[in-house]
Amino acid sequence: MEKVGVLALQGSFAEHLAVLRIIPGIEPIEVKTIAQLEAVDRLIIPGGESTAIGKLLRKTGMMPILQKRIEEGLAVWGTCAGLILLAKNIVGEEPYLDAIDITVKRNAYGSQLDSFSCEQIIPAISAKPIHLVFIRAPWIESVGPKVEVLAERDGRIIAAKQGRLLATSFHPELTQDTSVYEYFLKL
Amino acid sequence: MTDRAILNRNLAQMLKGGVIMDVTNVEEARIAEEAGAVAVMALERVPSDIRKEGGVARMSDPKMIKEIKAAVSIPVMAKVRIGHIVEAEILEALGVDYIDESEVLTPADDMYHLDKHQYKIPFVCGARNLGEALRRIGEGAAMMRTKGEAGTGNIVEAVRHMRTIMSQIRQLSNMPSEELMTFAKDNGAPYDLVVEVAKNGKLPVVNFSAGGIATPADAALMMKLGSEGVFVGSGIFRSADPAKRARAIVMATTYYNDPKVVAEVSEDLGEAMPGIEIATISEAQTFAKRGW
Repeated sequence: MEKVGVLALQGSFAEHLAVLRIIPGIEPIEVKTIAQLEAVDRLIIPGGESTAIGKLLRKTGMMPILQKRIEEGLAVWGTCAGLILLAKNIVGEEPYLDAIDITVKRNAYGSQLDSFSCEQIIPAISAKPIHLVFIRAPWIESVGPKVEVLAERDGRIIAAKQGRLLATSFHPELTQDTSVYEYFLKL
Repeated sequence: MTDRAILNRNLAQMLKGGVIMDVTNVEEARIAEEAGAVAVMALERVPSDIRKEGGVARMSDPKMIKEIKAAVSIPVMAKVRIGHIVEAEILEALGVDYIDESEVLTPADDMYHLDKHQYKIPFVCGARNLGEALRRIGEGAAMMRTKGEAGTGNIVEAVRHMRTIMSQIRQLSNMPSEELMTFAKDNGAPYDLVVEVAKNGKLPVVNFSAGGIATPADAALMMKLGSEGVFVGSGIFRSADPAKRARAIVMATTYYNDPKVVAEVSEDLGEAMPGIEIATISEAQTFAKRGW
């Protein structure tokens, strides 16, 4: 059975694990250590605070191990903070994992008063509308040539894919919809 | 429930497993962010100084809150006095990310808390037991924290409040439905929320710990007792080496179940904040008793 890890240093990891538990045929794993990181077949980096998760990744020595696994082809999906951690470029900041060729703007929509949710069809993922939740969300300002844009909203990129790396600025773990999970599990 | 109320609960979910640190200026806010805090609480005096200096403690200067907002990218919270409608309107106008309607400040209203449904901005409130937590959630709080006894560096009250809430939740989970109304009556809790907790076995919002956390071991203890994250007030910036202690508390909160990590980060932190025995605090100076 495929082991699907969720990076569990901080943030909405329990929510991701709860969704994974209702999907048949996979084994969800909480990832807090290098040994757990080395054992997974796929990894989700949850929402949370990217600065906090990024610092913990460095402090625990997990950062270079994860970068190496990404180079070797590990499928990784980042939601919100996870998207920021995967990006090659962050406006005004140094990157963390330096993996997906995108330029990200943090807190692009503003403060909590600007957080919002909406319904949108993302053709690459599902024919049905998906409930999208944006919490102090980033957006993707631009993408490199190897990156496929999956969704835009009001002219801003909110989901992108490069090989087996997936990034969404919204939080499917906060909804009951499993379609983005199903898409990720096929990557 | 409105979309806004759900989004406000959602933000608290993003803070889970993290440490929220009290800061009094831009420099401290940067140290907190650098140490891995998930949010900062901007206030003029940390609770231990409020306790020492006495007098009326009010909402902080908006200028200081704006400076801190500009200096960090993590969420910024700020405190209003219990029931102070206008202080809450001011913080909402400033666009802070979360308001703490806090017993650490001197209450503005000795009978009523804010109707937090009237605001777009999310609120966090303190509680000592399940009834108090559900009253605050009923009023619209999107996040809870146990009160503890702020500014003492003494964990005993935070432990008592967390144990009380967790134990009452377990009690409710095992109650037959006909006993729920009497529980609601006895604990002064809204009936619909009592039913929801009994069904789900958990609070409908995220619950952190606060009030007395001074060491990495204190933070790990609160996580073990069921807390979903911690607030550290005076414990960081009233200690000998704030940056190092802040980093250590962040690590201990993530790895609370790994004693080796907690032991390692607890080494050589210098002096913790000075502590106060709860029994020596006068009734008027007991912050946790403020709130109705």
